[in-house]
Amino acid sequence: MTLYGGYGVMRRALFALVLLALAAGPAGATAIERVISPGGIEAWLVRQPSVPLVAMDFAMVGGANEDPADKAGVAHLVASTIDEGAGDLDAAAYHKRLEDNAIELSFTANRDHFRGSLRTLTANRDLAFDTLRLSLTAPRFDTDAVERIRTQILTDLRRATTSPGDLASDAWWHAAFPNHPYGRPVNGTLDSMARITIGDLRDYAHRVFARSTLKIAIVGDIDAATAGRLIDKAFGALPAQAELAPVPAADPQGLGRRIVVDLDVPQSVIMFGGPGIARNDPDFFAAYLVNHILGGGAMSSRLYTEVREKRGLAYGVSTGLVPLAHAQLISGSTATRADRTADTLDIIDQEMKKLAENGPTEQELEKTKSFLKGSYGLYFDTSTKIAAQLVQIQLDNLGIDYIDRRNGMIDAVTRADAQRMAKRLFDGQMLVTVVGRPQGVTSKDLSASGSGG
Amino acid sequence: MKVAHFIGRAPIRSILLIASAFALAVAAHALPGPAQTAQAASVAHYTLTNGLELVVIPDHRAPVVTHMIWYKVGSADETPGQSGLAHFLEHLMFKGTAKNPAGRFSQTLATIGGQENAFTSNDFTAFFQRTSREHLASLMEFEADRMTGLVLTDENVLPELQVVLEEWNMRVGNDPGARLGEQVTAALYLNHPYHRPVIGWRNEIVKLTREDALAFYRRFYTPNNAVVVVAGDVSAEEAKQMAEATYGKVAQRAAIGPRVRPGEPQPEPSAVRHLVLADQRVAQASLQRSYLVPSIATAQPGEAEAIEVLVHALGSGSTSRLYRELIAEKGLAADAGAWYQDASLDMSRLGVYGTPRPGVTLHQLEDAIDGVIAEVIEKGLTPEEIERAKNRMIAAYVYAQDNQSSLARLYGAALTTGSSVEEVQSRPERLRAVTAEAVNAAARHWLDSRRSVTGYLVHDLKQSEEKRS
Repeated sequence: MTLYGGYGVMRRALFALVLLALAAGPAGATAIERVISPGGIEAWLVRQPSVPLVAMDFAMVGGANEDPADKAGVAHLVASTIDEGAGDLDAAAYHKRLEDNAIELSFTANRDHFRGSLRTLTANRDLAFDTLRLSLTAPRFDTDAVERIRTQILTDLRRATTSPGDLASDAWWHAAFPNHPYGRPVNGTLDSMARITIGDLRDYAHRVFARSTLKIAIVGDIDAATAGRLIDKAFGALPAQAELAPVPAADPQGLGRRIVVDLDVPQSVIMFGGPGIARNDPDFFAAYLVNHILGGGAMSSRLYTEVREKRGLAYGVSTGLVPLAHAQLISGSTATRADRTADTLDIIDQEMKKLAENGPTEQELEKTKSFLKGSYGLYFDTSTKIAAQLVQIQLDNLGIDYIDRRNGMIDAVTRADAQRMAKRLFDGQMLVTVVGRPQGVTSKDLSASGSGG
Repeated sequence: MKVAHFIGRAPIRSILLIASAFALAVAAHALPGPAQTAQAASVAHYTLTNGLELVVIPDHRAPVVTHMIWYKVGSADETPGQSGLAHFLEHLMFKGTAKNPAGRFSQTLATIGGQENAFTSNDFTAFFQRTSREHLASLMEFEADRMTGLVLTDENVLPELQVVLEEWNMRVGNDPGARLGEQVTAALYLNHPYHRPVIGWRNEIVKLTREDALAFYRRFYTPNNAVVVVAGDVSAEEAKQMAEATYGKVAQRAAIGPRVRPGEPQPEPSAVRHLVLADQRVAQASLQRSYLVPSIATAQPGEAEAIEVLVHALGSGSTSRLYRELIAEKGLAADAGAWYQDASLDMSRLGVYGTPRPGVTLHQLEDAIDGVIAEVIEKGLTPEEIERAKNRMIAAYVYAQDNQSSLARLYGAALTTGSSVEEVQSRPERLRAVTAEAVNAAARHWLDSRRSVTGYLVHDLKQSEEKRS
C-alpha cells in the first residue's frame, strides 16, 4: 500500500484533472445551475432531491505554494487543524457537534489549492454550513490541539522515511524543482513540521481564505435560494481579497538524470517525469489521448501490455498528465523486482520513443477517443463525485458549458495532432528516481547522460 | 491496514477498493429505515433456474451501471499447500476464452469507456465493470462466457505468476507492517484457514500452476456458486431478462456443497498471545491487536449489531474512547482506534491499534489501551456514546445510498458471507434496537484478552524489550 503512497499526492493532483478530463456528464444527469448568492458569491448547483443529503466542495487558490520556504507543511497543518476547534467550540465540542449530527467536513491542501468538502443530511444542512463558517473565519488553533495533530503528522512523516513510494516521490519533486515551492514536500518534513508556529497557521488562514479565488459546487437535496443563503452563511464573512505570494512558472529540471535512493527492499519503486502541457492549451486533448495510449487508466495501455501482461515485470505501471498551476508535467510510476529494474526502465523508454517516433495508430486513437467519451458519465454518478468535478472545471476555467463541449474537443483531435504531441511529450529525456537496491542501475547525472535536453 | 484481506487486480484502483472496503465495513451496519430511502425498498433478488442469484439495485440518477459478479470462493476454500490460488485465478480470469480470446473483454471496455477490476478475500472473489447503461447486456454476455470458458496456456499463466509475485512484493515484501498483520492473523486463527493470507505465502505462490488454477476454476466457477449484483440505471425486470438470456444459459458444472471449514479449537484456548516483528525499515513503532469475534453470519441475534456499536464508540473518530483518552487526554498515542470486520462466513475479527508518541513505549501504550478497555468492560459505555455511534452509523447508510458501487459491494459481500438481502435491509432497525445492556455485554464477553493476539512492530528486538512500566 505504501508503494503508491508517495505518488499518491501527485496522483491525486493528476486525478482531479484527469477525471475531469474524463468526466462528461450525460446531459440530463448534470443540469448545472449557476447560483449567485445574495452576497454576490458564485456557486454551481446540481439539484438531486432523490437522496436526502447535500454535498458541497470548494477550493481556494493557495495550497502548499503558500508555505514559507523554510516551513514546508503549513498548509497541510492548517487543513488538519481548522476542524480542531473554532469560535466558541473547543476541539472536543466541535467534533461532538459534527458527529452528533453526522456532518462530514474535511479539508486538504495540495500544491496549488486549499480544498474543502462537506456532506450533510438535508435536515442538518444549516448547522453544517454554520460549522464550516466557524472553521474558515474563526479557527482557534489552540495549542493542545495543534500539538496533538502535529504529533500525528510527525508520525506519518517518520513512517515515510522508509516508505519507498514516498521516497521516490519526494526525491523526484526535490530534483525537478530546486528553489521552487513545488520542490518542497506538501506535507512538510520532520524538521519543517517541528518549526511551524501557531502564528504561521494564522497568517496562512488570513492570507489564503478569501472570496477572490473561491470556487464552489453544491449537489443534492437543495434549491437555488437555499443554496445562496447557505453560501453566504459559510463564506460571506471572508475577506474579499486573498493576499497570495507570487509563484513563478517553472519547468522541471534534471531531465536525463537518474537518482537511485538506497533502501533495503526487494522491489524497486520507480518514478519518472518530464514536461507536460497546460490544461488550457488547445493541444491538451491531443496530449491527453497519447498519454492514455502510452500509460493511461485502462488495462490495455502500451506500457501495461509490454511491462505487465507480456513480461510480468510489474503489478502496475501508469503515466498521467499533471497540469499544475505553475508547471506542466507528465509523470509515471511503476515497481519491479530488483534484478529486472534495468529491463523495466529500458522497456518504458523504448515504448516512449516508439510512440514519439510513429505516433499512435489510427485505430488506437479512435478507440481512445471512444473510451474518453464513453467513460465520462462514470464520474458523475454520485453527489460527491459531481461536486468535485464541478469545482475542478471552475478551477481550470473551462466554462459552465464544458461538459457539453468536451466530446467535440476530443473528436477534433487528428492523428497529426496526436503524432505531434507524442513527439513533444515522449521524445525528450525524463528525470527518473528509483528507490530500492536495483541490480546494475546506478545514479547518473546530466554530464554522464549525454542529454541533449 | 485493516482490510488487507481484500486484494485487487490492478494497482491504482485496487487501492481505491481497499479504501472503499473500509468505508463499506463502516456503512455495513448503518442502513436507514425503509422510509428514508426509496432505493433500499426497491432492491430485487432473484434466483435463476441454474441457481445463479441476481440482485438489482435501481438508481436512475445517472445513466450508468455497475455490474458485479461474486463467486462464493475465497482463500479459505483453498487446499492446504496452495495458498494464493483463489487470488491467482482471479488474475487469470482476464486471460480470455475460446469465444473471446485474450484481452477482448478488456479491449471492449477500453473502447466503450468502461472501468473494470476484480478483488479477492477470504470468502469471495468478485469481478466488476462500470459502463454507461446501454452496455449492460454485453457485460453480462462476456461475464457469463468466462464463467466456464476460460482458456489458460503456459504462455499467459507464467508471466501472470510473476505479476502476482510483484504484487506480493508491493503489498508484503516492501511493507513490514503488512507482514506483522499476516503474523497476527496467522496466530489468531489456530485451526481455521483464515490464518492464511489472501495473497498466499510466497513459497506456495511460486509453485502454483496452470493445472492448479484450472482445477480450482472447474470446482468453484459455476452459476450455482455465483451472485450477480447490478446497481444503476436499469429496472429489476430489464436486468432479470438480460440475466436470463446470458447467465441463464450457463449450465451448472459442479455441485456446491455446504461451505464447512475447520473451526477454531473447542473448548476455546485461553492463551493471551503476543508477538514482535522487528525490521530495520520500521521508522515508527506501532501495535495492532485482533480479537476473535462473531461475524454477522455467526452471531446470535443482535450480537453483531452490538459489537458494531461497541467498536464505533470505542475507536472510530475523535470522539471515541480510545481517541479521547489516549490521544487527547493522556497524550500517550499519536494515533489509536478500533475496527470490526462484520462480513465473514466464519468467526471474524475485531481490531485495536495504536501508535505511541515519542518517549512512550509500546508496553506503556498497550497498558493504557488495556486500561480503556477495562473501564468499558467494568463501567460500560455511556448512553450518550451509544446514541452518537448509532446515529452516525445510520447516517453513513444514507450516505451510502448516494453511491451505487458501494451499495453493490454491500449486497455482494453479504450474499457471499452467509448473510441475505433481508438481513442487509433490516440492519437499520436492528441497529436502532441495540440496547446499552447488549453493547456492554458484548464488551464484557468479546474484549477478553484471551481471545486476542497483540503484535508489536519495532525497529529492532531490543526496542520491544524496553522496560515495562
